[in-house]
Amino acid sequence: MNELLSTFAANPTPFIEGMMFYLLSAVLLFSALMVITVGHNAVHAVLFLILAFFNAAGLFILLGAEFVAMTLVIVYVGAVAVLFLFVVMMLDLDFKGLKRKASFYMPIGLIVGAIFASELIMMVIGLNYPHQSVLAAAPIQADATAALSNTEALGRILYTQYFLPFQMAGIVLLVAMIGAIVLTYHSKKDGTAVRRQKIATQTNRDPASVLQIKKVESGKGVSL
Amino acid sequence: MTIGLTHYLMLGAILFAIAIFGLFLNRRNVIVMLMCVELVLLAVNINFLAFSAYLHDLTGQVFSLFILTVAAAESAVGLAILVVFFRNRHSVEVDDAAMMKG
Repeated sequence: MNELLSTFAANPTPFIEGMMFYLLSAVLLFSALMVITVGHNAVHAVLFLILAFFNAAGLFILLGAEFVAMTLVIVYVGAVAVLFLFVVMMLDLDFKGLKRKASFYMPIGLIVGAIFASELIMMVIGLNYPHQSVLAAAPIQADATAALSNTEALGRILYTQYFLPFQMAGIVLLVAMIGAIVLTYHSKKDGTAVRRQKIATQTNRDPASVLQIKKVESGKGVSL
Repeated sequence: MTIGLTHYLMLGAILFAIAIFGLFLNRRNVIVMLMCVELVLLAVNINFLAFSAYLHDLTGQVFSLFILTVAAAESAVGLAILVVFFRNRHSVEVDDAAMMKG
């Protein structure tokens, strides 16, 4: 305790930032765990997902990446999570029956998750990066001469060096938008509002009504 | 107690593993599986931004923006497919999506 206090007294800012890192990551991991375990109540899962994204945005601000953090809040909390909420409320799901077979996949999920975690953690330990603080650095600059904010520096390389990938990202969004509209579009006119398999029609097809057999003489052709 | 690259990489690794575990745990509910995919992409973003700060290079942040774009497109199309699937089968279970299975 005394050691902690003396560290804090010597240099308060890194101490507070370290504490913030541990707090934000603890809440992030907790809410991620809640997202995967409250699956029988999807609304709660969406709300914990929002909490996870807020904490991730806080971690990004600690790293000095303000623009990505704000984009995360706007895009994820503002759009994607609300989209999830819309779908959850629209679908009228029966969540009671969802819990039944969860334990069947539990062991294999635990094994695969443990393998992934141990591989990644062993790799991080094995690489043994030289320890230096990544928090509260001066904003990273695209070129050494200018002293810009994070957003300005990001904009400068996004609209020059990464201009084509930036346009491609726009095309990806356009295709996704068109795809989502085409998939969910209701057309009422021809009676095929939902593309659904009509099993009765399929099994009631009989050869007499759909099949004609004609003898075609050589060189004559046939009129249908 | 300075926070280094290793701390962030550990966080990303644990979050990634939790999300992968969630994919297996929620096989009965495609909505939560889509949320787990979002968490996987968030873990990847954390790694990109940590390396960006560590190497003093903005490229990581640019790529993180592209990942955000693709994740948004993925969730939009995924939820649209989910809505159509639910209209047809009245279910959100992965095992019910086996219409072509013999």
